[in-house]
Amino acid sequence: MKLMWFHLMPYTRLPADFRQHHNSVWVDIDRSLFDPAFAHRLYNEFMDELEYAGAAGFDAICVNEHHANGYGLMPSPNLIASALARRTSDTAICVLGNSLALYNPPTRVAEEMAMIDCISGGRLIAGFPVGTPMDTCYAYGQNPSTLRARYLEAHDLIVEAWTRPETFAFNGRYNQLRYVNIWPHPLQKPHPPIWIPGGGSVETWQWCAARDYVYCYLSYFGYQAGRETMMGFWREMERLGKDRNPYRAGFLQFVGVAESREEAMRLYKEPAEYFYGRCLHVDSRYVNPPGYNSEATQRARVTSQVALASQRAQTFGGGASWEEILAKGFVIIGSPDEVAAQLKQVATDLNVGHLMLLLQFGNMSRDLAGYNTRIFAERVLPQLRALFDDRWEDRWWPTPLPKAARVAPQPFLDRAAAE
Amino acid sequence: MSAPAERTVLVNGERCRVWEKGSGAPIFYLAGLSGLPRWTPFLDRLAERHRVVAPSLPGFPGATGHDRLDNLLDWVAATLDLLEGVGFEGGDLIGASVGGTLAAEVAAMAPRLVRRLVLIAPFGLYDKGSPPIDLWGQKPGALPGVISAKPDAFAAFTAPPEGIAPAEWSILMNRANEAAARLLWPLGDTRLERRLHRIRCPTLILWGAADQVLAPSYAQRFAAGIAGKTRIVVLPGAGHLADLDAPDAAADAALNAPG
Repeated sequence: MKLMWFHLMPYTRLPADFRQHHNSVWVDIDRSLFDPAFAHRLYNEFMDELEYAGAAGFDAICVNEHHANGYGLMPSPNLIASALARRTSDTAICVLGNSLALYNPPTRVAEEMAMIDCISGGRLIAGFPVGTPMDTCYAYGQNPSTLRARYLEAHDLIVEAWTRPETFAFNGRYNQLRYVNIWPHPLQKPHPPIWIPGGGSVETWQWCAARDYVYCYLSYFGYQAGRETMMGFWREMERLGKDRNPYRAGFLQFVGVAESREEAMRLYKEPAEYFYGRCLHVDSRYVNPPGYNSEATQRARVTSQVALASQRAQTFGGGASWEEILAKGFVIIGSPDEVAAQLKQVATDLNVGHLMLLLQFGNMSRDLAGYNTRIFAERVLPQLRALFDDRWEDRWWPTPLPKAARVAPQPFLDRAAAE
Repeated sequence: MSAPAERTVLVNGERCRVWEKGSGAPIFYLAGLSGLPRWTPFLDRLAERHRVVAPSLPGFPGATGHDRLDNLLDWVAATLDLLEGVGFEGGDLIGASVGGTLAAEVAAMAPRLVRRLVLIAPFGLYDKGSPPIDLWGQKPGALPGVISAKPDAFAAFTAPPEGIAPAEWSILMNRANEAAARLLWPLGDTRLERRLHRIRCPTLILWGAADQVLAPSYAQRFAAGIAGKTRIVVLPGAGHLADLDAPDAAADAALNAPG
């Protein structure tokens, strides 16, 4: 299986009374809480962590897009991914992803992702989320009633821009372009693997199946809440006659590893409480703009268990206690063997081949994130890596240039050293 | 209240319900936020003296097709199709809230089509000093109290009628909310300011004194821009859906509109 190291890039200095005295972590988060000088340090530490994870042997490092968000400091994941492309050599770079409807024209996404693919030597995974209501409709002012149609059209335009051999005109409902001809083209052919992070909607599953894309369920509420959704996904794949290749799916899980469970309890309580308390404090005004959910999805939520579970899981509000965080499996903690056993069970149970791990979360320090990453890479990852590979092939993984054909950064030597 | 007669006209091939009641000179009504889930006391008052024709705009109760409309031009063309479909020609047009926006747009785009206009708290303009409230950024359950000064009456107005599953009804009301958002997201500004001068017919501007969505000061902005003769009537105790909150006062004003 693939083990992927995911960073949300949370701002780590939200005040202790954030839930009590601030309205929301998202959309109208208090501007005065942001300290750019501190952010200078944070961004660089976070990129250290991602680069370290790549070097430590994780199969991929992952970034994503949020706007006006106190737990996600990457309005442009492409900027971070491009820097990571230079500073890493073998790990895949998973941008999960760009909210397509926000780019005008969406060929911008085709161009930037092609750049990252070229710079990295073909290591890019291209994630295409619709984006949350908070990001798209409120922070970026998109009309919720046209968002999905714009997203689907943007997807078509990007795939055509990546694959058509000639300059072409695109006359869409929302995009009219006389000349589409992106330079550069992506290195991977026909294009980088496309992954779709989504909620629990049947339409998204069907679309992923029809297009042969990876479906990712990125819940902050762990495997128990995600179980119904993933079961629904696999039932739908079976109904559509698709195989149960676990690499059709991705799943996100928070993890904290230490020498012992007691030690893990001591180390990870504070960052977990910070995340579920302060980071998920989202004003309910911004979660359900009219039209964001299709009528079919609204109907399904009334009738299906799957959707109810995912709806519950997606209800922001936060404030979970440490006991609840552990009992419900929002965060899996323990010794390396305990964590490996649990993750093996999660992956097998949910039938997920791409496991995305949040090993930095909340206000976790650089040192603790480094420790969590190292102990996971050295003692958990080797226990999991072989899972699924005896039976299934990952057809959705990047195909980079052969290592010998790839170049590494080659700094110019200064004059004295050169002579 | 006796039930109105019902028929259907097609707009872009989609069915739009038309309710009609009363006799006399026709008067046409385009409803506001939430559309017309039920016939209203305001329309009954008008129907005492007029044939009242209330066609549903695409996406509002009784009508589909909002998802075909991508921009203001699409909406105006659909509204013209709808009005032509019910035989509107050189008549009296009342529009409330969202319906008021489209009534004003139609009057500006086709000035000869409208003989007399009544606008009840329409969207379409934007006052930087007093922006419209964010209708779609309200706490769950807060919207009735924001758009009506009588939220209980509004709740009854929008409650599921007999014979419809509450879940399906909530999808339908959500659709009406989406249709309004589709036209007005995010600020309610259709740039009507640029076309207001083309409204040349006598225009009555009605506003609820307690409108939390669009401050009553917008009435002056409309009056200042419209080329035709205007009169402003502010209805005490009424919120954004003023004809729902104060049916008698609104009907009295509309029946005595300048013309």
